Amino acid sequence: MPKPYLSVERMTQRYPDGEGGELTVFENASFSVEKGEFVVILGHSGCGKSTIMNILSGLADASMGAVIMDGEEVSGPSLERGVVFQNYSLLPWLTTIKNVTFAVRARNPTWSKEQVLAHSKKHLEMVGLNEEVFNRKPSQLSGGMRQRVSIARAFAISPKLLLLDEPFGALDALTRGTIQDELLKVWAGTNQTVFMITHDIDEAILLADRILLMTNGPFARIAESVDITIPRPRTRTEIVEHPNYYSIRNHLVQFLGKRSKELAGQTGAEENRPEIVHYENTKPVRGSKPKLAS
Amino acid sequence: MNVLSLNHRAALLSLVILIFGLLIWESLIPAQQAAGELTEYERLTGGGAQKAGVPPPSQVFQKAWEELSNPFYDAGPNDKGIGIQIGYSIYRVLSGYFLAALVAIPLGFLIGMSPIAYKALNPFIQVLRPISPLAWMPLALFVIQDSEWSAIFVIFICSIWPMLINTAFGVAGVREDWVNVARTHELSSMRTAFMVILPAAAPTIVTGMRISIGIAWLVIVAAEMLVGGTGIGYYVWNEWNNLDLTSVIFSILMIGVVGMALDSMFGVLQRYVAYNE
Repeated sequence: MPKPYLSVERMTQRYPDGEGGELTVFENASFSVEKGEFVVILGHSGCGKSTIMNILSGLADASMGAVIMDGEEVSGPSLERGVVFQNYSLLPWLTTIKNVTFAVRARNPTWSKEQVLAHSKKHLEMVGLNEEVFNRKPSQLSGGMRQRVSIARAFAISPKLLLLDEPFGALDALTRGTIQDELLKVWAGTNQTVFMITHDIDEAILLADRILLMTNGPFARIAESVDITIPRPRTRTEIVEHPNYYSIRNHLVQFLGKRSKELAGQTGAEENRPEIVHYENTKPVRGSKPKLAS
Repeated sequence: MNVLSLNHRAALLSLVILIFGLLIWESLIPAQQAAGELTEYERLTGGGAQKAGVPPPSQVFQKAWEELSNPFYDAGPNDKGIGIQIGYSIYRVLSGYFLAALVAIPLGFLIGMSPIAYKALNPFIQVLRPISPLAWMPLALFVIQDSEWSAIFVIFICSIWPMLINTAFGVAGVREDWVNVARTHELSSMRTAFMVILPAAAPTIVTGMRISIGIAWLVIVAAEMLVGGTGIGYYVWNEWNNLDLTSVIFSILMIGVVGMALDSMFGVLQRYVAYNE
């Protein structure tokens, strides 16, 4: 079996709890992501989603375990892993276009000025921004436009892995919908591997190939991996008519509402791998139980 | 209805206050009595001699007109134009100030970036900062043995603290998300410093620079009164010794005008580096 593109192996994160003891965010969590896959991680706040994101981006180190991407161990941040944060991804003293060009130049140091500019403009136009806003500062843009710029920048440097940390969390519902569509459109034209955090179920179903479900912390783990068996291209009006839509949505709601609590707590297992859940003709087909590494 | 803008109305009110103030000042100064009207007794007891008194604004304006129409004349050590005196003061302020900036901004960067440097240097800063800059003067005169450089040193030592503290504060307070943007884009530490940390901290740094230039201009007047020779501070003291209060008042006003000009230069710089989140 070929190695997965991104593989997280027995990752454990512990913090001192301030009273001499330790707080375990998650323990021995293992999961993998294939090349070109769009994976969304769903869970309640405080379960350690952002911690996983920070470890994948290299901004933080795990207490134990390893992240292996494309055959190499991840250590420290790199241009191979692009990050879009919920806020403050843009530098407020630079104009829109400069917020993109600095990244493109960092990625391609040998390119000429014109090449960098053309490449940056192309990606800004791909997310529906036009010349008019290129010379505006982020403070003069709406929240939705700012996130478009962040997304354009992330795609412009085409990292091996694109990490989205609740990118639409601060936007109103209508804007969120539009930008989700933009993101789907831009992503469809690439073979970009995406790993995204959200707590919006509908957003997750619309965007993801696979949804990872996290139990509540402490000792959180990724309990299930739900395949979104709805064919692409998807639109928000059509997916609701697909027979699997409500079964999947129901499964996610049940998990977040009930089972994330029931499954919470320490397992004592040496490795916590998610159970695979696959809906075929509205019936769940459960995968093998978590494999225990010997 | 004829509505003037807020700025116009404010300017009009300023003008009214100015004229009103000047009129009160003028009316409070008793006119010098002409010698012919004095009694013999008064003449004998010296009442006829020119009395030193606070001059009315009209005389100050007259003096200002004379001085400003020929500001750069040089008729020996005790008689130089106001322009030359102010020039000397500005030269000393800027020399001391830029030397201070050269030390304070890099050092502030270091302190802001490194918690250990902050903790190690903080006690020194806390002890040295509250010392009145003029208290350094005797030591400076003895060690440097040059009054010109001693004055510059005093400016250096008084303008270093606000710049140092504000730079450290600004650098330490840079939002971590922006530093993360630099890290995820693999910017070198030099590029991170110039592309992210410096622009992010610039408003705080420039505020420190603005406070410093204000303090430096306050201190130079006192320093020049001590050091003597040239400069606006020396000029004020010299005219006081001459009992020429008209010149004293005129030079006080000039100190204010130059201080305002220096401050507004930094105001422009502040607007230039400001950003909205």
